[in-house]
Amino acid sequence: MGCGKEKGIRLSPQLKRSMPSYLMIAPYFILFTLFTILPVVASIVLSFTDFNMLEWPEFVGWTNYIRLLVNDDLFVVALKNTLIFAVITGPVSYLMCLLFAWIINEFSGKLRAFLTLIFYAPSICGNAFMIWQIILTGDRYGFLNGVLLKWDIINEAIIWMKTEKYVMPMLIVVQLWLSLGTGFLSFIAGLQTVDKSMYEAGVLDGIKNRWQELWYITLPAMKPQLMFGAVMQITQSFAIADISIQLAGNPSVNYAGSTVVTHLLDYGTVRFEMGYASAIATILFLLMVGTNKVVQKVLRRVGE
Amino acid sequence: MRKSRLLKSHQLNRSVAGNGLLFFLMGIFGILMALPLVMIVNNALKPLDELFQYPPRLFVRNPTLDNFVDLFVAMNASWVPFSRYLLNTVIITVGGTVGHVILASLAAYPLSKHRFKGKDTLFQLVVLSMMFSWTVTQIPNYMIISWLGINNTYLALILPACSYGMGLYLMKQFIDQLPNSLMESARLDGAGELRVYTTIVMPNVKPAWLTLAIFQFQQMWGNTGSMFLRDEELKPLQFALQQIAAGGTARAGASAAVTFIIAAIPITFFLICQSNVLETMTTSGMKE
Repeated sequence: MGCGKEKGIRLSPQLKRSMPSYLMIAPYFILFTLFTILPVVASIVLSFTDFNMLEWPEFVGWTNYIRLLVNDDLFVVALKNTLIFAVITGPVSYLMCLLFAWIINEFSGKLRAFLTLIFYAPSICGNAFMIWQIILTGDRYGFLNGVLLKWDIINEAIIWMKTEKYVMPMLIVVQLWLSLGTGFLSFIAGLQTVDKSMYEAGVLDGIKNRWQELWYITLPAMKPQLMFGAVMQITQSFAIADISIQLAGNPSVNYAGSTVVTHLLDYGTVRFEMGYASAIATILFLLMVGTNKVVQKVLRRVGE
Repeated sequence: MRKSRLLKSHQLNRSVAGNGLLFFLMGIFGILMALPLVMIVNNALKPLDELFQYPPRLFVRNPTLDNFVDLFVAMNASWVPFSRYLLNTVIITVGGTVGHVILASLAAYPLSKHRFKGKDTLFQLVVLSMMFSWTVTQIPNYMIISWLGINNTYLALILPACSYGMGLYLMKQFIDQLPNSLMESARLDGAGELRVYTTIVMPNVKPAWLTLAIFQFQQMWGNTGSMFLRDEELKPLQFALQQIAAGGTARAGASAAVTFIIAAIPITFFLICQSNVLETMTTSGMKE
């Protein structure tokens, strides 16, 4: 490391020592800059323009944001629905992922792999929510209607996805059912990496049952996965759109199932108002970033 | 201590009542979760009259393989040979999956274990990027891909896939858990950082990258490439299958077979990876 003499070369000793690190991250971050950072920055810039994808974008300042937050009544509905989704499905689905991953981890061998597959199935079968179309069919042949009619709970078939008050609860149920995805599998993998000797040490320290073991040993040991799962959960639950469009339609009856992302898709892919769609995306982004800050703070305290 | 053979043998502090409760819970939810799998398999085996039956039934009565025969007939009628679609899919899926797993973990290791300027900022950028809606970045993305001159090539699908944020985040979280002493001892033996990465880091986070491979494979396999690939000879199997499935009522049988195949491929890959995760962990465990 005799680079003290060659002052002409800019590489400081510190930079030289970090060279292997930079070389290792370079391939990923070059691509990441090209295909993620640049497009995101471009979209944020576009959110201050009027852009119809045919003509050159025209700078309009805060107009899109003002229109969005002050004049767009449908955005308020969409935002409200999205927050309801996020507040309910986010935490519940997160706990479900954790609970089922933990239970499945108690099984061994082939049975374990099989159970993992079954619980991950809704995420891996591309159009899994088709099954809900059969269950929620609006006539008396629909599965849910059939059962409820049989037990005399209702007198006539309910058109579930066209009745305003049922849209959100049904979508929440379907979303929860569908949500054992990325977070769940990463928890399954995370549980594998918990050092087994810690459990034995725990017994000596007076851990009495599996619940104490979970709280005092397992969860603290897999904190990195818990944080990862939380971010995945936030990106999922704030971006709910697909199931709403598939099951309730876009636009849904009286916008009962509209979310920020269905609103965004409406402007971005139907009306081609890209500037406005970008403003929606930016607001959603800020919402997720804020939520993430709070959630990560809470998670740091697990096991204390 | 009494142990059920279905449960892991080395566990402590497990009550019989607790085990019973777990089996019960898993049974109830398992049935609900397995429904889509059951439906896809049954639909693929239904003859046409049962597919169109109203009200629909979940289980098939007279199973037949006619739907798959229909599918192969439709495949042979396409003007690009089917082997070509298959080749495209293999290139795109393998390229995107292997490329992402390698590049993301190669970058995750220094971000987790080295000290250098800017690493926290870079990591935060990756995490935050996952929260930006993909719908609006598509257009800038398209422009960048055209500017690079890789439009209408496999690279237009493979290169962006290599730089997804999720993989780097996942890998970094797992590498964070590795004790530093593990790497230190290898360095004392004179190993360079690349060697530490290949011989120490990667073998110890096998569950992580096998899981990442599952996610990425699923993602790549589901890609129809319709945004970037214009030439029919470059398009993946997913595109051809969805074309057949979109053939309307006349293709209802073939369409059910397509749904089955589209799900069966990632499930097979999933099972291979999952059983590998289990094997490594039961034989070696994590040593500190």
